[in-house]
Amino acid sequence: MPSIVVNKYPLKRLIDEVGPVDQIAIEERVAKFTTRSIKKGSKIQGLNLAVSMVDLTTLEGKDSPGKVQSLCQKAQSPDSELNTPQVAAVCVYPAMVKHARKFLGDSPVKIASVATGFPSGQYPLRTRLQEVKQAVKDGTDEIDMVIHRGAFLSGQVQTVQDEIAAVAEACGEATLKVILEVSELETYDNIRAASFLAMNVLRSNDFIKTSTGKTSGNATLANNQVMLEAIRDFYLESGTPIAMKPAGGIKTAKQALHYLVAVKETLGDEWLNNRRYRFGASSLLNDLLMQLRKQDQGVYQAPWKFSDASSGY
Amino acid sequence: MPTQRKNSRNTRRRKTPELLFGDLWEFDPAPESADPKLKESYSLYIDGQQSAPKSRKYFESINPGTEKALTRIPAAGKADVNDAFSAATNGLNKYWSKLSGKDRGKYLYRIARLLQDRAREFAVAESLDGGKPIKESRDFDIPMAAAHFFYYAGWADKLEYALPGGSYSPYGVVGQIIPWNFPLLMLAWKIAPALATGNCVVIKPAETTSITALKFAEILQEAELPPGVVNIVSGAGATGQLIVNHPAAKKIAFTGSTDVGKAIMRATAGTGKGLTLELGGKAANIVFEDAPIDQAVEGVINGIFFNQGHVCCAGSRLLIQESIAKTFVQKLKTRIASLRVGNPLDKNTDIGAINSKEQLDKINDLVKSGVKEGAELFQSSCSLPGQGWFFRPSLFDGVTQSHRIAREEIFGPVLSILTFRTVSEAIEKANNTAYGLSAGVWTDKGSKILKMSTALKAGVVWANTYNKFDPTSPFGGYKESGCGREGGKQGICDYLKVEY
Repeated sequence: MPSIVVNKYPLKRLIDEVGPVDQIAIEERVAKFTTRSIKKGSKIQGLNLAVSMVDLTTLEGKDSPGKVQSLCQKAQSPDSELNTPQVAAVCVYPAMVKHARKFLGDSPVKIASVATGFPSGQYPLRTRLQEVKQAVKDGTDEIDMVIHRGAFLSGQVQTVQDEIAAVAEACGEATLKVILEVSELETYDNIRAASFLAMNVLRSNDFIKTSTGKTSGNATLANNQVMLEAIRDFYLESGTPIAMKPAGGIKTAKQALHYLVAVKETLGDEWLNNRRYRFGASSLLNDLLMQLRKQDQGVYQAPWKFSDASSGY
Repeated sequence: MPTQRKNSRNTRRRKTPELLFGDLWEFDPAPESADPKLKESYSLYIDGQQSAPKSRKYFESINPGTEKALTRIPAAGKADVNDAFSAATNGLNKYWSKLSGKDRGKYLYRIARLLQDRAREFAVAESLDGGKPIKESRDFDIPMAAAHFFYYAGWADKLEYALPGGSYSPYGVVGQIIPWNFPLLMLAWKIAPALATGNCVVIKPAETTSITALKFAEILQEAELPPGVVNIVSGAGATGQLIVNHPAAKKIAFTGSTDVGKAIMRATAGTGKGLTLELGGKAANIVFEDAPIDQAVEGVINGIFFNQGHVCCAGSRLLIQESIAKTFVQKLKTRIASLRVGNPLDKNTDIGAINSKEQLDKINDLVKSGVKEGAELFQSSCSLPGQGWFFRPSLFDGVTQSHRIAREEIFGPVLSILTFRTVSEAIEKANNTAYGLSAGVWTDKGSKILKMSTALKAGVVWANTYNKFDPTSPFGGYKESGCGREGGKQGICDYLKVEY
């Protein structure tokens, strides 16, 4: 009975189906993005584009309504003098959603809430779904879920997919972002396979996302590229555009521009907007603003000009 | 692409999903600004001196990116070549043969370091003169040239370890002729092992790309290399003939076209001169269905469009397993859409200018023959600069073994695509060529790589990568791709007369 034999190794079968990724070659490929020279007008455009793509994030145990308020204020007006665009969203824990909604009102800045037992996902499905529904009810626009990595690595890929589908349903109108937690998937083969697993049950402009920022490994140009290429292949095959969000580890404006080059050269113009591409970051925004000021005035401003923690200066 | 304007505002529902590589976020020009320090006119380098050619003849070196003259290059005549060989013989007897390997190594290390010091200047000169994108001359040509000097500097005092138990001696004076595709790098490939093994050199750069060789003379002077050890004579084919036929040349090392290589082989036959030839190629890049597809696409692109395809080991024949052919070709077309063709000095340029008008004509001629013979041409829709010699990155689908474009070396950014069904068919097609310089294999399966690397009659077989070079790795061809090896220990042996 061939079907029984095949079903015995579902993860292997999935990887065979979507194809392998060569580690050395993809790392060489993304190194070329970093040699692109972005100057003058294209630099300012790129920096502003990056600002508009930031999911300004605070995910700490000590988060308070006050901190969320500060975040919301900054998100709506990153640099009023330079007419810098608003960021795409603020990203908070579920308990902070209602505070964020109060401060943001009907602002175009979206609220994204992590959910589903973030960051481990090691909770019963029932409570994970409950979390999602509550966050949506509290006014979140977007849900950042984590996948069940334990299930994925043990080969229960169908379980993982079913859970993603269930969360997507619980989201209703809210956009879903599926965090693969790439550092725990470890190989590029796994990242590509998990991307397809998620995309198959996602809706147009739902996201796949690299990481929680809570483990040792975060977004890199290489795992970003694996996912961009998966999105490209999936789009050309199915016609469904999936969005992308690298998160964690992108701290400088220069890095952000490299990621944007990767988007431009892999998915093209239709992904160069905050509907299809986001940066999950907290400190990135200040560096982007600092570089924009530098472009405008020719000199660097002190960090405390950007409501940065300046105790070290 | 720079000015590819697809209608971004067009909201018409597309039938099949496609990607839009337009100008939404266009990169501003980012020209490399280092000064190449070109002179208005160059001299020959003979006996440690910059000397005007006795022939009194000069020709212009043209910038292929603008079609404007850059400088005047001397055309060495018979008297000049004779002077160069006397100087080399003198340099050998008086200085070079008297030095220990360790001391020869010191000079080579010094040359390598000086080249590194002036890397940016040389990179700009190389891109101006030859048309290659600055990112390649900056990140590949110049650093790799320096790496060859460093590598062979290390060998200079260790020759007995290259040939344990053998007795060996240098040829003496060697004549070297290099091509225009990697001007300074080919010079390094030639000069470094020759000097390390105790030979003296008369070298001729290609006539369209002499500048970095003549600039290199400045480095030799700065390194205080003894007079006559390296002599650089520029000129066209006639100068090359004078070198090949000169009685003082005990060995000829040539890199260039197969036709000229055959002529050199005839001319040196029976003279007792040593010979190494590195000639043309028509490499097969073989992609199996189990390959990492996107990385293979990237490797195929790199294999054929690196240096505008002016690479003797370019992967100019793509052999794809039939089951993935359609998807793979589609992916190649998508990838080509984001290649940037333009000003070689712009840091964001992927594909620069075709080296000469003559070469552009040759590419055009072969592409026309491909269309005429019924292959399906696909070209990038990017715009080309108004001035200069440029050619769109091109693919030919539906090519068969008997097409001219599958048999003749195009030496340009043109890929011929063939398909196969089984491993043995892939091997047979890959080897069905007059050449045998290099090949690529793309598969996730290690055992297949080992099988292919044995079965492919090519000097280099790359697995899951392409166009990778290293001074430690020997390079050279089978069949009409030449004889002898450059690089590595093997490169040492080809500059020594060996007796066991």
